[in-house]
Amino acid sequence: MSRAIRFAPLVLLFLLIAALIWRLATPVDSTVSSKLEGKSLPAFALPAVVAKPGLASQDLQTGTPRILNIFASWCVPCVAEVKVLQELKRRGVHIDGIAIRDRPEDVAAFLQRNGDPYERIGSDAQSQVQIALGSSGVPESFVIDGRGVIRYQHIGPIEGSDIPTMMSKLEQAR
Amino acid sequence: MKRLCLLLALIAAQPLLADSKLPPAYWANRQLPDAKKEARAQSLMEELRCLVCQGQSIADSDAELAGDMRDLVRRRIDAGESPEQVRSWLVQRYGSWVSYRPTTEVAAWPLWLAPLALLVVGAVLIRRRIRLKAHR
Repeated sequence: MSRAIRFAPLVLLFLLIAALIWRLATPVDSTVSSKLEGKSLPAFALPAVVAKPGLASQDLQTGTPRILNIFASWCVPCVAEVKVLQELKRRGVHIDGIAIRDRPEDVAAFLQRNGDPYERIGSDAQSQVQIALGSSGVPESFVIDGRGVIRYQHIGPIEGSDIPTMMSKLEQAR
Repeated sequence: MKRLCLLLALIAAQPLLADSKLPPAYWANRQLPDAKKEARAQSLMEELRCLVCQGQSIADSDAELAGDMRDLVRRRIDAGESPEQVRSWLVQRYGSWVSYRPTTEVAAWPLWLAPLALLVVGAVLIRRRIRLKAHR
């Protein structure tokens, strides 16, 4: 056996350690993004959950870009997100919601407590539309252009610092 | 006393449950009456990744979304779709990541080729050994 090959296990060990250190320093991004960006919304029609109209896919093809917000009354980060959505609404953004696995009385109480930025809210009691959209949690938001094409997906709550991004994505979708 | 009470209260504290108050979907934890269809659905569910607890299959996971995905799988299989149709419908939405079954796409080639490469290396090593012995 040649001399060089004797050091192979040692080199392998160092490579392994280097790989482990690298992965610890830059952890894998575990967010699951929808593969539907750039594609048309799947067709759906969701019933109303509170005293405002439900939501169908045609309602998102109005000629102007809109935000489709996936939320739930039982979702803690959604509480803070509503305030940011209110700010977006003040800036003239049209926002529709899909309430995931929610009860009418809970949604009503949630909107009463935190504010109501939504024009329409559809009730997705068994996450079927959420899955059809390629969304994997609450909250998530989609920017839909006037023709019903998904142009951008935002995973997690929209925070104050995300407002410029959202506004520019809406502008690009025009 | 007050402090002690607060400390004791901390012990009883539970993390906020991030779960809805709705019961599981109808087919989430219920088998299809047709045993053949149920078997097809079951083997597919074991190969689909839960989007919430990402190391588990939806057959294994207790997450609500996994229950809703099981409901979706059973409904579609019951309506006559093949497991591959359901899988590709989900892959269109979440990417090939959602399925545990290795694909034949280029990124997965090393996975298929590794056993062959190891066999070749093993064969070479054994050949060398035999030759060395023969020389002695």
